[in-house]
Amino acid sequence: MKITNEHPHVISYKKLIGILIALLILTAITISVSMVDLGKFNVWAALLIASTKCTLVVLFFMHLKYENRVIRISFVVTLFCVAILIGFIFWDISFR
Amino acid sequence: MTESDSFFETPSPTKYKGIWSWLITMDHKRIALMYLFVILFWFFGALILGLLIRTELMSVGRTIMGAQTYNALFTLHGVIMIFLFIIPAIPAIFGNFLLPIQIGADDVFFPKLNLLSWYLYILGSLFAVSSLFFGGPPDTGWTFYVPFSVSTKTNVSATLTAAFILGMSSMLTGLNFITTIHRMRAKGMRWLQIPLFTWSLYATAWVQLLATPILSITLLLVLFERIFAIGLFDASKGGDPILYQHLFWMYSHPAVYIMILPGMGVISEIIPVFSRKSIFGYKAIVASSMAIAIAGSLVWAHHMFTSGMSDVAVFVFSLLTFIVAIPSAVKVFSWISTMYKGSILMTPPLLFSLGFIYLFSVGGLTGLVLGSAGTDIHVHDTHFVVAHFHFVMFGGTGFAFFAALHFWWPKIFGRMYDFKKAYVAATMIIVGFIFHYLPMFILGIMGLPRRYYDYMPKFETGNMLAGIGGYILIAGIALMFFNLFASFKNKRDAEADPWGGTTLEWTVPSPPPLHNFIAPPEIKDYPYDFSDVIKKFKAESTG
Amino acid sequence: METHSDTKGARLGMWLFLYTEIMLFSGMFILYAAYLHKFPTDFIEGGKELSLVFGSVNTIILLISSFSVAASITALRKNSRGLAAGLLAAAVAIGGIFLINKYFEWGQKIHHGIYPNAPALVNGPTGENMFFGLYYVITGLHGIHIIIGMVLLSVCLVMILKNRIHSGNDGILENCGLYWHLVDIIWIFIFPLFYLII
Repeated sequence: MKITNEHPHVISYKKLIGILIALLILTAITISVSMVDLGKFNVWAALLIASTKCTLVVLFFMHLKYENRVIRISFVVTLFCVAILIGFIFWDISFR
Repeated sequence: MTESDSFFETPSPTKYKGIWSWLITMDHKRIALMYLFVILFWFFGALILGLLIRTELMSVGRTIMGAQTYNALFTLHGVIMIFLFIIPAIPAIFGNFLLPIQIGADDVFFPKLNLLSWYLYILGSLFAVSSLFFGGPPDTGWTFYVPFSVSTKTNVSATLTAAFILGMSSMLTGLNFITTIHRMRAKGMRWLQIPLFTWSLYATAWVQLLATPILSITLLLVLFERIFAIGLFDASKGGDPILYQHLFWMYSHPAVYIMILPGMGVISEIIPVFSRKSIFGYKAIVASSMAIAIAGSLVWAHHMFTSGMSDVAVFVFSLLTFIVAIPSAVKVFSWISTMYKGSILMTPPLLFSLGFIYLFSVGGLTGLVLGSAGTDIHVHDTHFVVAHFHFVMFGGTGFAFFAALHFWWPKIFGRMYDFKKAYVAATMIIVGFIFHYLPMFILGIMGLPRRYYDYMPKFETGNMLAGIGGYILIAGIALMFFNLFASFKNKRDAEADPWGGTTLEWTVPSPPPLHNFIAPPEIKDYPYDFSDVIKKFKAESTG
Repeated sequence: METHSDTKGARLGMWLFLYTEIMLFSGMFILYAAYLHKFPTDFIEGGKELSLVFGSVNTIILLISSFSVAASITALRKNSRGLAAGLLAAAVAIGGIFLINKYFEWGQKIHHGIYPNAPALVNGPTGENMFFGLYYVITGLHGIHIIIGMVLLSVCLVMILKNRIHSGNDGILENCGLYWHLVDIIWIFIFPLFYLII
């Protein structure tokens, strides 16, 4: 039996609850922002807040902040791929 | 080391015997052989379908089959060749067998997942074959373009499900390989000491992992359309059929690199061994593998120049397409430079590799004709395209597969095959191949569309020639496999290193023992250092 | 055969799997982006018909469930097994509530004649048909992921109770937790894109 377990990182309850509160506040913000008509910036505002929430969940709930380089880099690469796919489609649809 | 210690004689887990020692094995080598068995089965099946198609096309009008049968045959030929042969062939067979050995590990990281991938492959292939018998064979072509794939009455749903499941199998294999390469390299093997075949599998695995899910969701959406008629791709309901093509090629173009990259890895292993010379530009080849994986994911829409997408997109994607040619060319030049002033030893695997370089170059360069929007408009969806991708996929990946079979056959089975027959077979395959596909370029430029059941009389000569070439090609392939299978009659006496290779798989016995390495492998600073091999052969020749 | 207990590697494998899930949903978001670009006003009209209350409640409870899964790992590592099991059970229960909400929400929509290929949608504005088509496909797929996540968490719960997962061996819980968080993240994006668009 080969055991290569690393020492697990323990995140305190306090920190987790702090993150949860931040997430709930951000939810409230995004709902209230949506009540104001910002034109097409509504979508961008909503996406920005959603990305912030996503970042919090990934960094702390999913422990990405404490992960090794491989996972951190590859996660960013994946998001980059998503951005490319969604972005490049606009070469077509916004010039048609 | 006695013969009885090879993985053929020591099942894992040990308690199972006979067929069960294969069906529920966790041993990567046994799983690789199970893949070999089923993949070859499908390959032969799809070859016969292809030959029937070309026979039908040899003369004007009905030759041997009706139009609907013809549509079904080219669809199944495409689906089987793409999803059941080319995509899994090299990674699932040779990758599974060799990747752990090349990095000095005893197995892949997730052996159970590895077995699950095999079962998913089997399940997917059963779905594919079931579409033949229930509800009418599909007639959409392997691209499943909407709106036809949604409205056709044939059983496309089964084929879609098959491709979905096969995608999962491919994805899990990729996941397994990445984790294995990251976590299980032998102590002392740093990234730039990894053999190039494993590097190419690493690049491939990332594409498999990140691109395949797009195919899954796309096929799922077509299934939903068929069941619920939501209209997401139906122009009459507000949908956009071109978006289907975008989604489809977002996977299927990177998939082209899933198919070719492992083949390039095989060639990168074979060329230095038979040139007795270190590979030219190891780092350049590694970098170009990764560059192909990245750049290949940015160019999908060059399949859609005539689809009605915006001119800006046509321009951008045409420009980007040329970028992919650069890393591919880097590899070709590296292989040729490796042979330059090398001490070349001709063997069947090298002959196939040379065939690869030539045919792949033709395929790659004609790809540029298709990649430039101007010329593509003229030859889009003609036989030119058929010829181009068969040069790349068959002349490229197919030949790399044959080369890999001949290169690692003694390692896997411990038996050497007859060289003379292998040379004859290889020559027949190359000659037949050129006869078969070259006329298609000309037919395409003359204007013969692909997938057409019938054509005008002026195309008959070319089609007849292609058909004859096809028969030579098939005869060559039959001879090649006959020769390989005939080696089972030989004694199992292949040396650990029959060729003079330098990577780790040649340090273990042929066939390898269950745990691959008897003692922890010694990792060389550089995987392609041939000085010891040359010394050994010099000593042998001076006696 | 040598057995591995390499949690780092297993976690890498899990992350790689999560990437495939991200890409899977990104395929849907590509369609969303394209159709939002094509039918901005119809999407706003469609968004108004979705219930903000259902959406917000589901967002909030899913965030809480994500928290409780994360806290459950902390509890396990601090050797409070009961708390860990309790938090995990809460997360599973919240998943159930989420699905029940979804059931009522879908039921209400279907009752109003809004479902795939419904005459009201097909004959109405084409953009709204796209909006609700995407709505059903994305939330449906997400619902399936919730169910899978609930199954995974339940397995972990049983394993904790049987002491097969403990502070020295919590790799499985962590990996299943990762999956649950991902499902939460996807909802974080679905919520504004469908319920909050004006």
